[in-house]
Amino acid sequence: MAAKRLNLREKYQKFTRDLAWEPTYQKKSDIFPQTEFEGIHIHDWDKWEDPFRLTVDAYWKYQAEKERKLYSIIDAFSQNNGQLNVTDARYVNALKLFLTGISPLEYAAHRGFAMAGRQFGGVGPQVACQMQSIDELRHCQTQIHTISQYNKYFNGFHDWNHMHQRVWYLSVPKSFFDDAMSAGPFEFVTAISFSFEYVLTNLLFMPFMSGAAYNGDMATVTFGFSAQSDESRHMTLGLEVIKFMLEQDERNVPIVQKWIDKWFWRGYRLLSLVSMMMDYMLPKRVMSWKEAWEMYFEENGGALFEDLSRYGIRMPKYWEVSVKEKEHLSHQLWATFHNFGHAAAFHTWIPEESEMQWLSEKYPDTFDKYYRPRFEFWRQHTKEKGRWYNPTLPMLCQTCQVPMLFTEPDDPTQICYRSSQYNGEQYHFCSDGCKDIFDDEPEKYVQAWLPVHQIYQGNCGGASIPEVLEYYHLVDGQDNKEYLESNDRANWLRWKGMADTEADREVQAVVNE
Amino acid sequence: MPVQAMYDYRATPADRQENFHGNQLVYIGWDQHLMFCSPVCLPLPPDMPFRDLVRDVLPGAYATHPDWAHIDWDAVEWNVDGEPFVPDMDAGLADQGIGHKSVIRFRTPGLNGIGGVAT
Amino acid sequence: MANNNVFIALQNNEEARPIIEAIEQDNAEARVEYAPAMVKIDAPGRIVVRRETVEDLIGRDWDPQELHINLISLSGNIDEDDDAFVLHRGD
Repeated sequence: MAAKRLNLREKYQKFTRDLAWEPTYQKKSDIFPQTEFEGIHIHDWDKWEDPFRLTVDAYWKYQAEKERKLYSIIDAFSQNNGQLNVTDARYVNALKLFLTGISPLEYAAHRGFAMAGRQFGGVGPQVACQMQSIDELRHCQTQIHTISQYNKYFNGFHDWNHMHQRVWYLSVPKSFFDDAMSAGPFEFVTAISFSFEYVLTNLLFMPFMSGAAYNGDMATVTFGFSAQSDESRHMTLGLEVIKFMLEQDERNVPIVQKWIDKWFWRGYRLLSLVSMMMDYMLPKRVMSWKEAWEMYFEENGGALFEDLSRYGIRMPKYWEVSVKEKEHLSHQLWATFHNFGHAAAFHTWIPEESEMQWLSEKYPDTFDKYYRPRFEFWRQHTKEKGRWYNPTLPMLCQTCQVPMLFTEPDDPTQICYRSSQYNGEQYHFCSDGCKDIFDDEPEKYVQAWLPVHQIYQGNCGGASIPEVLEYYHLVDGQDNKEYLESNDRANWLRWKGMADTEADREVQAVVNE
Repeated sequence: MPVQAMYDYRATPADRQENFHGNQLVYIGWDQHLMFCSPVCLPLPPDMPFRDLVRDVLPGAYATHPDWAHIDWDAVEWNVDGEPFVPDMDAGLADQGIGHKSVIRFRTPGLNGIGGVAT
Repeated sequence: MANNNVFIALQNNEEARPIIEAIEQDNAEARVEYAPAMVKIDAPGRIVVRRETVEDLIGRDWDPQELHINLISLSGNIDEDDDAFVLHRGD
C-alpha cells in the first residue's frame, strides 16, 4: 500500500502533538512549576496551534536556505570591501550601537525562549519556543559575523558584549531584557513575542534596515531582513499566545492587558534609541521616526488592537503619549548623546545644514522652534571654544534607565518628573508609564543597577571619566567623542582619497576635565 | 504584591544612602535649560550648606550656559521634591529637608534658555 | 473609520517578484509600496497568497512555506495550508 502524503495540517499534528505524552508518575505541576504563579489559567493546551504549522523538518530546510543566501552575501560584501561603499563613515556608528545594544539582546532572547519553552505545559508552544530560541542564536551569530568586517576598519566594535554589560546607556536594553527574563514564562512571551516583536520591532527591522540598504550597507540589510523573516514567525507566536490566553479563561484578560501596557511602554522607551538612529545617524534617510511611528504603530498597531478588542483588549496605556512624543523623541535623544558623547562607544556630531533642513521639513512644528537652536549653539561653541560636553552625570529613570530627558507630553519646555516612595526611599521616573511599572512591582525595580549611581558607589573603576571609560573597555579619544575629530573620519577620508580640508574640520581637539 | 514571584521575594535596594560613602545623592535640574539634556545627579555631603551648593557645585554643572552669568540669585525660584522651597543658605542640605535622592529644581525668571525656548 | 489593514513585507528580489505579482493579481485592493530593498503590501481586511497563482507565474511547484525565505514582516492573523497563505483580521 502506497503511503499517503500528509497534508500540512496532518503533518503538523503528527510532528508536534503526537510526539507528546501525558506523565504518569510525576505531577504535571512538578514538571512545569512556573505555569501557575503568574495567575494565568490554562484549561486545554491543545487549543494552541502554530498557524504557520511549521514542523521541525521544514524549519531546518528553510532556515538552511536563509543561511546560505545570507552568508553568500556576507562573503561577497567582505571580498569586495563593501565597508567602503557605505554613504559615509558616520553611518558606521549606527552599527556600533546595534552591535552593543541589540545583538546581545538576540542572545538573551535565545536563552529566554529556551527557558520559556521548557516551562510551557503544551507541546505547540514548546516547539514554537524551541525554534525561536534557535532563531535568536542565529540572529546573534549572523550579526556578529556581519559586523566583524567593520571591526577590521573602524573603532568601537572590539568588545561589544563587555560594553553591553557595563556602559551606561546600554543598561537600557540590558535591563529591558533582564526584566522580561526574570518574569514568568507567560509574561516573557507577552513581553518579547507580542509587545516587542509584534508591536515594535518592525520599526527597527523595516525602516532602519531599508535605510541600511539606502546607505549602501548590503551586509546589514541582509542580516536584518533575514532576522526579520524569523520575526514574522515570532510575531505570530506572540499573537497566538495572546489569543490563546484570552480564549482560555476570562480571568486572564486583565493580566494580559497589564502586561501589554507594561511592555509596550518598556519597548517604546527602548526604541527611543532607534528614533535617533533613523533621524540622525543614517546619512541618507528613508523616512523619519515620526513617519515610521505613524505607519507601523498608529496604523498597523491600531489595526491589531482593533482586532483584539473582541477579546476585551484595548490599546496599550499611554499610547497617546507616544504619539505626542513622536515630534520630539529623536531630537531629545540625539541631544543627549551630544551631551555625553565623551562617554559613548560611538561618535556623535552636529547635523549638517542640509540635514537640519531635512529635519525642519519632517518636523515642521518642532525642529526649528525647539531643537535647531540647541544644535546651532553647540556648533558655534565648537568653533569658538571647542566641542561642548555635559560635565555632570545625568539623573536616570529608575525603570527604563534612560536619562530623565523626556519632556512633559504637552510641554516640550519642561522635563517630565515623576516619583514614588517605597519603604522610605524615593524613586524617580521619566514618565507616568515608567512610574506605573515601578508601582506595580517595586521589589523588582528597587534593585536596578543604575549606571550613574554605580559610578558614585565606586563600582565602575573610579570616579573620573577616564577611569570609567577604562572600566567600559573604551579607549578615550579613539572610540568616543566627536566624529569630526575621530580616527574613523581621518581613515575614511584617506581610503576615499578625499582631502581633509580645514573648512570641514571646524572642531578643535577637546580634552574632558 | 510588591513583585510577581513564586515565593515571598524581598530585594535589597541598590541605592541606599549608606552605599555612597558618607554622601547622599542629590538631583538638580535647571528648568527651561534643556541644552543640559536632563537633570544631573551628584553625590554631596548631607551637611553641605546650601550656599556652597550654589557657589561651588552649580557652576561646575551649568556655567557653560550663556544665561548663567545673568542669573539674579535673589530672584531664583527653588523647588524641592515638587514643592516650592525657600533655601536657608547657611543650613545644611539634610537639615532643611533635602534628603537622599531629593530633586532640587530652580527656575530663573526672565532667563528661559537660548532663544527663549528652553534650550 | 475602522482600521482593519493587514500587511506583508517581502524582500525586493528575484524570488519574491512573482509572489508580489500573484498578490497583486489575487487581491484587488492591495497597495504595493516600494522602499529600498523591500516591498510592503497593505490591504483592508485580508491578503491571500495562492499557491496556484504563484505556480502559474514561475512554472514549477511552489509550497506556500517557501514564503518564509523572502518574507520580512507581516501583520494580521495567519491561516496557512497547502493551497494558500492567508492574512486576515477578525475570526
